[in-house]
Amino acid sequence: MPKITYKDNQENSKTIEVENGLTVMEGAIQNDIPGIDADCGGSMACATCHVYVEEKWLDKLPKAEEAEVDMIDMAFEPKKNSRLSCQLIVSDKLDGLIVTTPEKQS
Amino acid sequence: MKKTDVVIIGAGPVGLFAVHQLGIKGLEAIVVDNLDKAGGQCIELYPDKPIYDIPAVPECTGEELTKNLLEQIKPFKTEFFYNERVDEVKQDKDNWIVKTNNKNEFIAPNIIIAGGVGSFEPRKLSVKDSEKHEGKSLFYSVKNKDEFKNKNISIFGGGDSALDWALELSKFSKITLIHRRNEFRGAPHTLSEIKKLKNEGKISIKTPCQLEGVNGSENIESISIKFDDGKIEKIKTNIVLSFFGLIMKLGPIAEWGLNMNKKTIEVNSKNFETNKNGIFAVGDICSYPGKLKLILSGFHEVALASVECFKRARPNEKYRFEFTTSSKNIQDRLGKK
Repeated sequence: MPKITYKDNQENSKTIEVENGLTVMEGAIQNDIPGIDADCGGSMACATCHVYVEEKWLDKLPKAEEAEVDMIDMAFEPKKNSRLSCQLIVSDKLDGLIVTTPEKQS
Repeated sequence: MKKTDVVIIGAGPVGLFAVHQLGIKGLEAIVVDNLDKAGGQCIELYPDKPIYDIPAVPECTGEELTKNLLEQIKPFKTEFFYNERVDEVKQDKDNWIVKTNNKNEFIAPNIIIAGGVGSFEPRKLSVKDSEKHEGKSLFYSVKNKDEFKNKNISIFGGGDSALDWALELSKFSKITLIHRRNEFRGAPHTLSEIKKLKNEGKISIKTPCQLEGVNGSENIESISIKFDDGKIEKIKTNIVLSFFGLIMKLGPIAEWGLNMNKKTIEVNSKNFETNKNGIFAVGDICSYPGKLKLILSGFHEVALASVECFKRARPNEKYRFEFTTSSKNIQDRLGKK
């Protein structure tokens, strides 16, 4: 199973195996990773599963849809490498992905 | 203090259908919601997105669903308290006393919490001193636009609220519109109006940049914004308006002594009562084994909870299960002949 690493803004990190087909957000929720709230449950309506994706992974991810970029406008401290983790679907290609959660989600 | 049979917290789809299920049983409810209208997440987060899993409704938007539910509960003439958040819940023998942040008080044997993920509140700025200026020179909504006349106003955000207020307030104030990227998202007409005002020099647009800090002791005097390339610019500003949408906060619910599981309230799946008799939780906010956060699950939950509400509100009457197709009582309550 692909390994995904979740870092917090203090550089604490946790690496877990996430099943293919789940989202990076679901991987976090199911494994009690703090820092990802996902209030709307993955319907791209709240921006509380916001993560920063490590630069080298940015190009390997499918590009964010317009609706996701609009939603990121509402996120806490968005940056160029911001994504909503509910829109990142885990596959073998993402094995080793590192995401960092913001200081807070809301 | 107003007496009623059930206080419903939350006017989302599940809270609205609770009114119906209680109403056909002859119970009166009042509804409190922190938003300014009914619909909850359906209206606030995805009014235009189609929903495909409402039984017998192949497709409808959040807005249509809300409209239809309001139509369905019209016969019950329910009183709604919008823009109010329930802050306090206290036991009084077999009743609950409910207090809102607008100083309204209700007493009822039942409370149904249909609060979704909590109450909607504006997403706030996190720069230093932003709290100090809130409500004086920093605002997250415009209540009275007369207070914003002849000022230097900096507006943050790239969506409809930011754009609409930039247009409106530019009629009598100097506006700077600031957004983290170059694209704005709004109705085509709004976008072209903004462009026009920009070309006429009536609105100044700063992108791609974000707020770096606010300066001023009593009131905001200027702000610093940081562009993507690292450049910092100071802008003379008396008023900051920030429109970064709404977030959902569980808020005071966590302090009512209910058994919680993360941000949800634990209930039994027989009548969706919490660990406190007479307090029920339904919809996205409740949890029990196998819970699915679907609107249709919430509809089922309120139907069952309403039976227990009846027993508590009418202890001397026997509850009789009835069908809407055949019950004269229900048809009377619905105003059908």
